[in-house]
Formats: sequence, structure tokens, C-alpha cells
Amino acid sequence: MGKFERSTGKGGVAKINTASLPDIVFMLLFFFMTTTVMREVELKIGVVVPEATQGKKLEKKSLASFVYIGKPLPNLRATFGSEPKIQLNDSFKEVNDIQDFIAQERESLDEADKSKMLVSLKIDRNTKMGVVIDVKQALRRANALKIMYANRNVDEISDVR
Amino acid sequence: MAKRELQEINAGSMADIAFLLLIFFLVTTTMDSDTGLMRKLPPIPDPTVEQEEDQQINQRNILEVLVSRDDFIMVENEIVPLRELRTITRYFIENPNEDADLPEMIDKNIPFFGMIRVHKNAVISLQNDLSTTYGVYLAVQNELLAARDELKNELALNTWGIAYDDLNEEQMAAVDDYYKVPISEAEPKKIGGN
Repeated sequence: MGKFERSTGKGGVAKINTASLPDIVFMLLFFFMTTTVMREVELKIGVVVPEATQGKKLEKKSLASFVYIGKPLPNLRATFGSEPKIQLNDSFKEVNDIQDFIAQERESLDEADKSKMLVSLKIDRNTKMGVVIDVKQALRRANALKIMYANRNVDEISDVR
Repeated sequence: MAKRELQEINAGSMADIAFLLLIFFLVTTTMDSDTGLMRKLPPIPDPTVEQEEDQQINQRNILEVLVSRDDFIMVENEIVPLRELRTITRYFIENPNEDADLPEMIDKNIPFFGMIRVHKNAVISLQNDLSTTYGVYLAVQNELLAARDELKNELALNTWGIAYDDLNEEQMAAVDDYYKVPISEAEPKKIGGN
């Protein structure tokens, strides 16, 4: 109480020193810059990847191409229906487009990295295998044989049914 | 005021700028690290080349795993719960008692291990229906991989006392050779009518 009175007595309210605020915020900023990655695509489908215990970490994200399969988001269902769809980059595509997509992705890689190319399949866990099989066959035709079934790593798989 | 010699730069807006950047990065980035089951698809078979290998694989060397359209898991035509799949797969790969209906065993010379008894050419064949749920399919594939990875890890720990992931290249190749079981994702078939 005494302290407060003294400072007001001298005229003006006691100021909080904010000199270190930029430092704190910069620290936070650098933390987020280093631990996160840029979001590549705007997802138009809902994808909840299945759980698994044996998932390996994707080491080089630049070598990976992403194929998303799942139901369109609720606000898009009026236009695109609620059947599972394939999304490549930013738009809905058909199975036939995968071959072109892979060729394009492969072209964007360095010569040395072309053989290391990997396709990450981010597939919703409630998708039926029919469409997954079609995609797998398309990838085989496109000669993109290194694939990764994206999952969420857990210690033990809970009910799968 | 008169005493001050150097004019200070006003750093008051620094915090605002940093906050702005921070919020920008928070919005545009994702935190989740990507994990997944690494697999290799078989190449499209060349129709001009005769396929001999498939016929050579004896029925006893194949562990047939099937996920039906109602998401039942069947091993050699018997329904099994998911949690038993790992044990079954491990037993199939190891075949410790050399059962007649499990993979053929042969003596093989492998670096680091010398002459040991391993199975000749065991294969795990995973089949699914068009209506199988992807989540179940992946869980099954996870169990099959887990069984193989567990065996490899145990072998590495027993031999060198280090985990499989930390082995050097030659050791890893030897362990891979010891438990060489391809998990084949068979061509899709329609099972059990619609």
C-alpha cells in the first residue's frame, strides 16, 4: 500500500517495464517457426487417419507427395456429395488424374531424389477399401511404389471396428 | 531531457510486430509430425515375362490373412480377433517346432549368425474385400508389421544388445535376412458376394 502511494505521489502511474516483451514474443515466434511446418494444402475433405503402433517418422518431407482420401467437408457436401473423394493438392480429382499428378511431382524433384520419391496416403479410417485399391493400382501404374500409409502413432490400438 | 545524449529508438511497437509475425506463423503452420507405415507396392507384372516364382511357393509357406467385407479378420480361413494376430504371425515366422503345416525350414549361412535354421521362403499374403474398412485393414497390416519388427528387434537385442533401429547397415541386412518375410498385398478380389 505504501509503495503504491509513493509512486502516485510523485506524479503519474507506475509503468510496467515492457522492454523485454519483444524478446519474449520473439522467443515464442522462433519456437513456433522451428517446431512447425507450413501447411501445404487446404483440405477439402475430413481425414482422420487410423491408429497404429509401428508408424515411422517421415524424414524428408520434401520427397513426399500427398494423396488425401475422405469424405468432403460438411459445407461442401451439397456440391460434391458425401462419397469419399480423392484430393490432390488443392482440388478434388479422379483416380485417372493420379498418374499425371505423380509425373508432375516427380518432375519437380531433383534428379538424384527421383528414386527416393515417396507417396504418403492420408486416408480417412472409415473409407472403404474399394477406392484405396484403385489408388494403389494407379500408383503402381505410375511406378510410384514407395508408399506410406499415414497413421497416428499410439501405444496400443483401441477398437478398430 | 537535457542530460540525455543519445536519442533512444522507440521500441514500443517491436512487440506488436513480433506478435503479428507470431500469429501469422501460428495460423499458417501445422504442428503434427508425419508418421506412417512404410510399404512398397509390387511393380505391375510384365505380361511378356513368365511368372514362375508364384507357383514355387508352397501352400504351407503362405500365411493367408483376409479381411472380409464385414471387417472380420480371417487367418487360414478361421476368424481370429485382432489382438491374437500378432502372436499367430510371430509363430508362423519363427516356426519353432518345425510344424509340418508351417513354413519349410532350411539351414542357411548368414553373416554374424553362422549356420542357422530359417524358413525357406515364407510369405504373408494380405487380402481384403472392396468393402473392407480402411481402418481395420491398416490395423491388420500394423499387426503383421509389428510381429516382424518385434522379432527383428528381439534378435538384435539378444545378439548385440542394441535395438534394431540402431544397428549398422551390415547388421541390419543380416537381421533382415534372418526374418525375411515379405508381406504381400495381393491383387484385390471380391470375396463373399454382394
